[in-house]
Amino acid sequence: MSAMARRRFLRLAAGSILPGALAGCDRLAASEPVNDTLRAAQFLSQRAQALVTGRDAMAQEFTEDDIADVFRSNGTAMPDSRLYRQLLADRFRGWRLQVGGLVARPAQYSLADLQAMPSRTQITRHDCVEGWSVIGKWTGVPLRHVLALVQPRPAARYVVFHCADPMDGSDVQAPGSTYYESIALDEAVHPQTILAYGLNDEPLPVKNGAPLRLRVERQLGYKQAKYLMRIDVVERLENIRGGKGGYWEDQGYEWYAGI
Amino acid sequence: MRLFYARTMPAVAAASGQRLFYRHRLPIRVMHWINVFSFFLMLMSGLGIFNAHPHLYWGRDADFDAPLLSITARAGPDGEPHGITQVGPYVFDTDGVLGASRVKGANRQSERAFPSWATIPGRQYLATARNWHLFFAWVFVLNGIAYVTYTVFSGHLRRDLVPRKDELRGIGGSLKDHLLLRHPAGAAARRYNVLQNLAYLAVIFVVLPLIVLAGLGMSPRLDALFGGWVDLLGGRQSARTLHFAAAFLLLAFVVVHVFEVIVTGLWNNLRSMITGYYRLPDDHHEERTP
Repeated sequence: MSAMARRRFLRLAAGSILPGALAGCDRLAASEPVNDTLRAAQFLSQRAQALVTGRDAMAQEFTEDDIADVFRSNGTAMPDSRLYRQLLADRFRGWRLQVGGLVARPAQYSLADLQAMPSRTQITRHDCVEGWSVIGKWTGVPLRHVLALVQPRPAARYVVFHCADPMDGSDVQAPGSTYYESIALDEAVHPQTILAYGLNDEPLPVKNGAPLRLRVERQLGYKQAKYLMRIDVVERLENIRGGKGGYWEDQGYEWYAGI
Repeated sequence: MRLFYARTMPAVAAASGQRLFYRHRLPIRVMHWINVFSFFLMLMSGLGIFNAHPHLYWGRDADFDAPLLSITARAGPDGEPHGITQVGPYVFDTDGVLGASRVKGANRQSERAFPSWATIPGRQYLATARNWHLFFAWVFVLNGIAYVTYTVFSGHLRRDLVPRKDELRGIGGSLKDHLLLRHPAGAAARRYNVLQNLAYLAVIFVVLPLIVLAGLGMSPRLDALFGGWVDLLGGRQSARTLHFAAAFLLLAFVVVHVFEVIVTGLWNNLRSMITGYYRLPDDHHEERTP
């Protein structure tokens, strides 16, 4: 190849092929089928991580000295919901956690009921999907205790958490947009998976999910559903809301948030 | 099995006076290009992930008031975001590239740590960046494991990558040659030079394992592997910082690598990584001999 042809080629490469490739790359990045395919890698990660760590492996726990002065709130800090405002004004005395779905004994619990159950306190690190971490001390009832009370049926595979906070406007504008999440049953019965009503020895603050939030310590922050209202035990996630198992999952985030 | 055996092609050599030899075997060539492809996808989607929280910290959790690095924006006089980069107490004006830059087609700058031409996707969206990053992480790591396995069992590592004692002694001379852009010719060009060896070994056995380990150290599930192993990296936020730093070390390696590829003969080098055949640069001493 002559020097001139080389220069022509280089100019062509720099001038058109490269931006073209980048633009093509960006179109691929925006393509839903492409991202659906790429996202499937989460199940490979899930299998590999379960294989390496074992089902009951415990997330690291820390000491009192490690607790952050302020536990940062992300997402909703105050649900824009009339029902929630009423519950809050009444200091959650009228609040009940509904537990149902594929269970033998559906039930509802007041905050006092949950606080009377066996409790677990753990100082753990909250890892936001954005990249930051904050350490806090959580107190709550192990989810497996509640599940044992309601007795999931053999077909049960997932636990779904429905929350009070509407995400796409107020409860009047967007009543169907409340936050929701789901986890697999084996994650739900992990000893560190708790329904927390206390943070740093205080009642759970509103900005962190009062009166009750999920702590599932081996996954990222968006799995830790706040403002819990209802827990459903289900067999499949496809027919719930966007079908991907959570508010953010329906918008492209991985359902398995272990990495 | 050897990488550098003199499979000169007599016909070609006779016709042109050039000596082609078979430098890179097929598995190396295939793995090299898979690596190039997945490295750039990892880097660009990684920058997209960084943009979701453009600060780095040291420790177990994030000390929001004392980041090591922040790439942010403040409002300029015209109200448009103005990009700045803070490293510890030092503030640098990086407007237009870091902190705030114009997305193609937009008439205003937007606040974003890395510019859209450097990220996947171009339009900031963390979920998509993660989808790409966590898929190609598998490609990158499996390819890397295959490569290391191959280099060990084929003898490539021992024969070509680990420098000999005499080569190590010549490190000063090799450094001088690099700085003067003097390149080995003739028989000496058959082997990697000592700086090249050390750079490859450092990337393969130090930087790449570090970036993978630090990446895995950010996983809340792998955190549970055994109690507190992430603290060996300095904690999760330190792991994130190390992951980021290692990515830029790799980028620096790639920049130097591509520079050397260009100055030592772009077409010859590209051909050797595509077809396997490399033409030995003429040795001027030999040329003068009648």
